[in-house]
Amino acid sequence: MNPILDKARVIKAYRWMLMARLLDERLAQLYRAGRIFGGVFLGKGQEALSVSMGMVLNRQDVYAPLIRDGAGRLAFGESALDALRTCMGSPMGPMRGRDGNVHRGRPKEGYLPMISHLGASISVVNGALMAKRMKGEKKFVGIASIGDGATSTGAFHEAINQAAIEKLPLVLVVANNQYAYSTPTSSQFACQSLSQKAIGYGVSDHEVDGTSLTDCLKTMQDATDRARQGEGPQLVIANLLRLCGHGEHDDAHYITPELKASSVGADCLKLAENTLQSDYHISKESLEIWKEETVLEINQSIEQVQREGAPDPYHHSWKSLISRELCEHS
Amino acid sequence: MSVTYLEAIREAQAYLLEHDSRVYIYGQDVGAFGGAFKATKHLANRFPGRVIDAPISEDAMIGSAVGAAIEGMRPIIEIQFADFSTVGLNQVVNQAATLFWRTETPCPITLRLPSGGTSGGGPFHSQCLESIYAHFPGLVVCTPATVEDAYSMLIESVTLDDPVIFCEHKYLYYHLKAESLPKDALPLGKARIARAGRDCTVVTYSAMLHECLEAAEEMSAEGIELEVVDLRTVKPLDTDTIIASVARTGRLLCAAEGWPWGGVNAEVISRVVAEGFNLLDAPPQRINAKDTPIPYHPKLWSVHRPAAASIMAAVRNVLRS
Repeated sequence: MNPILDKARVIKAYRWMLMARLLDERLAQLYRAGRIFGGVFLGKGQEALSVSMGMVLNRQDVYAPLIRDGAGRLAFGESALDALRTCMGSPMGPMRGRDGNVHRGRPKEGYLPMISHLGASISVVNGALMAKRMKGEKKFVGIASIGDGATSTGAFHEAINQAAIEKLPLVLVVANNQYAYSTPTSSQFACQSLSQKAIGYGVSDHEVDGTSLTDCLKTMQDATDRARQGEGPQLVIANLLRLCGHGEHDDAHYITPELKASSVGADCLKLAENTLQSDYHISKESLEIWKEETVLEINQSIEQVQREGAPDPYHHSWKSLISRELCEHS
Repeated sequence: MSVTYLEAIREAQAYLLEHDSRVYIYGQDVGAFGGAFKATKHLANRFPGRVIDAPISEDAMIGSAVGAAIEGMRPIIEIQFADFSTVGLNQVVNQAATLFWRTETPCPITLRLPSGGTSGGGPFHSQCLESIYAHFPGLVVCTPATVEDAYSMLIESVTLDDPVIFCEHKYLYYHLKAESLPKDALPLGKARIARAGRDCTVVTYSAMLHECLEAAEEMSAEGIELEVVDLRTVKPLDTDTIIASVARTGRLLCAAEGWPWGGVNAEVISRVVAEGFNLLDAPPQRINAKDTPIPYHPKLWSVHRPAAASIMAAVRNVLRS
């Protein structure tokens, strides 16, 4: 059997998916209770794909997740605590209240913080990979995660082309989740499948059922293996459906019943639970216990974040440069 | 032996490549071809694998520099003409300029922008964009006016842990010469009194410095002595040096090649009025390029940008009031 599908790893992947889903649900509650500043953006329906990215990466790799990658972030090493700290604006989190919600990361650890401009992270991953090559590192990869909407940007075009020219070990993962905010894919691209774009750039392509955890794990493992072995950039298209609005402010009324009822509309978490029970002989009781343990950890993290308080604007360092002597007065 | 402004930029890059293994150059045609202006001539040969040709993708070039900086490198990105940097503006102002503030991770990248007008350059090969970049927090913006500063400021820019927009002026590339490369220099962020005088302070930078100095020489023959301040960096602005000069002269003219609305001249005047209003004997004035795209024909161009004659007229206006 493919080692990525051994029992321990699939369980691990499932538990990160579960935590991402339960974390999302708590974030939605906190949002409705007015405990979150700004918006809340959930990854419901994308956890199988997302977690697979985190599962196939190593410490020396680079990961640029996007808005719906709570599961991938956890699998890459982020704690639920750091996620909550950023969403709730704790001064102890990696962004210290300076940036929020999905805009978080620890760049020095290869975990890149997204900006809101779509497609803009891909070339940043490219540069990190170019640097690693110049430094003589070996067998590293970088994953950039985007959605179908970002494939329409100039930044996407420039960056995938750049990666192809430089033969970089980039795995570019597109969650083809059928909508960019409310815009359906028919208004986003006119090719039959997004994987057709690969040939134009001279990169390899993979297409996967984004609702299947085992398929996503296999495909992500294959794509990253190829990139690690020097086969150049890999474009992965995962077909799935966003099972929520763009953010919690959006009721997603525009998602058609036909799509919801189609195969892309399946809930990857439920499918993973079915697979765990049927193929890995995990009992219902175990699933229940895992859920309880996860809820407990999330609740403890929320309590801790609430104790950490808020950043103090009057004792904040309002300096935008490291070179303090070059900062303008503010 | 003499060295041009362009050669100083090339020598600074050679020095950086030689002394810091984290430095590399990435830009269109910079490799074997040596760059559109030959600012990287022979460097690809001397430093194999570290002077890299880029596709015509300013966004990806600058984005990749941010990623490399996160990994500890110190990229120099040559944008072929400053005008094209707007294609990559997003990566500059939203990735590079915000990285340290957001994450405490240094972003030591240097963007070289061949800036400003030359005869026949026209609307898209002549722009001065320093005011645009200075507007955004998180960037240092350099505008060297001399051969010595082109050399020492570029070295200091690449050594800095922050992102730097290095606006080098194309008009100065070939005809501005110095005897030799400098041994020492003022630090970034310090302005320089390029010429002392008692009657009016003229604050300027980059190629306009030389127009202002020419104007000062001509007016000196009439007994009018201009004090010319070369800003060197437009961000940060050395307000102290400017105010000290205005305290001596009581009058201020700001001269810049960029467009008038907002911008460096407006910022200097705003600060002098706010912090040194009582030092002023007359309303401060500014002279900029005209508020149109930059014209192609040399005759149109010669009056579009400020030059010694129009600067003298502007000074007289300040002295009259």
